[in-house]
Amino acid sequence: MNRTAEIVIIGGGISGLATAYNLAAMGMKDVVVLEKSYLMSGSTGRCGAGVRQQWGTEMNCLLAKASCEIFENLNEILDYEGDIEFKQGGYLLMAVTEKEVEQFKKNVALQNSLGIKSVLLSPEEALEIVPDLNIEGILACAFHHKDGHANPFHTMIAYAEAAKRLGVKIYTYTEVTGIMVEGGRIRGVKTNRGDIFTGRVLIAAGAWSREVGAMAGVDIPVRPERHQILVTEPVNHRLGPMIMSFAGNIYCQQEPGGEFIMGYGPAEHETYSITSSWDFLEVMCRKAVRFLPYLRNIRIVRQWSGLYEISPDAQPILGRVEQVEGLYVATGFSGHGFMFGPITGVLMAQCILGLPTTIPIDKLDLARFERGELIFEPSVV
Amino acid sequence: MKSKTVICRCEDVTLEEIEELMEKGYTSMDEIKRITRCGMGQCQGRTCRTLLLAELAKAVKTHPAEIKITTFRPPAKNIKMSVILGGIDNEQNG
Repeated sequence: MNRTAEIVIIGGGISGLATAYNLAAMGMKDVVVLEKSYLMSGSTGRCGAGVRQQWGTEMNCLLAKASCEIFENLNEILDYEGDIEFKQGGYLLMAVTEKEVEQFKKNVALQNSLGIKSVLLSPEEALEIVPDLNIEGILACAFHHKDGHANPFHTMIAYAEAAKRLGVKIYTYTEVTGIMVEGGRIRGVKTNRGDIFTGRVLIAAGAWSREVGAMAGVDIPVRPERHQILVTEPVNHRLGPMIMSFAGNIYCQQEPGGEFIMGYGPAEHETYSITSSWDFLEVMCRKAVRFLPYLRNIRIVRQWSGLYEISPDAQPILGRVEQVEGLYVATGFSGHGFMFGPITGVLMAQCILGLPTTIPIDKLDLARFERGELIFEPSVV
Repeated sequence: MKSKTVICRCEDVTLEEIEELMEKGYTSMDEIKRITRCGMGQCQGRTCRTLLLAELAKAVKTHPAEIKITTFRPPAKNIKMSVILGGIDNEQNG
């Protein structure tokens, strides 16, 4: 294992791998990524795989649009021999309360002003996109045809392989046990396989970021929250877009292979547990069959779970950490780390290299919580 | 035509594909599962889980008991949503 590095990235998920690739592509040498388990073991490898541009704040819209544009070309950018399976079937967001309808109107106006060509649809118009949709109780829909989903496993491997070709070292089963800080500066990282001396550390450890931050004496206020998900048997293609309801608390999409993947966000206590529960299955079935009655006859094959890392305002925490020179953070995505991953990689690499970022991220810094400048995003599950 | 050995029948994964990944350094069952979908199909790895385990053990020259096996996830077998929603009335339908 390397004993020195230009930067040590803690966390081998999409944020860490995409940043490692971009740093190497921009010319940085000796980039090291540490992953405490196997690649794809964390939150990225367990996620719902959605990629959407329909957001309620200007910054999220800009980040999501840029990320989506990278997804569109990612196979070529990373020269991947496989396929990240990016399917742009759109996202159909379903409003079931009057308050949501008003919010959708505002969101669509904002999105359109930023070049995201989302549209507001009546429930009847939504039927043209999802003919089997049960529109009972749906007041309006918002649709954007360029949203979609990608295969998180292949997206990660594409980044990992491209990064390795550029000289990035990825160490799996390597757990960080300490961060060495001297005189307010990063000096190195302690792991279960020995120490690595470095002047820069990026914490991209998802739900474990608070624990890792504490090793450097920094409080990163994210809490782990279990989210469950299931996949069905593969059947003929019937569902083009990802369907999603914020108030109804459900998302459901059909994979290119024909399987349906669906989940919802239950209110859960802080936990690192990633077990599955029986009650999830029952509630999930009820929610899914409400919107797509034909799912009744489809078989569930598997359920699993993963962790969101929830920040106080459910927005990412990106950028330099002021208290410790050489420390950077990319976490707090609150369930959207995968879709923002490609643009996170670009922006964090620019930030670490001291370059101007192509989209301003200063509002997303860690110090915003101390300043009391939290960001309000109305459109999250 | 080059002969192929199918390991995972649900997801159509061959031994040759798995060997290629092992050569690239992906030597954990969990990684190979996620990249190839071996064991992620309808039967949930009833046949291929042990085959993959044996091949991995051979490749990394260890005893199969030393290799971390992929998680067995619920439900134990495929189950229609209607059966779950119908509860006890549908017990016979599973």
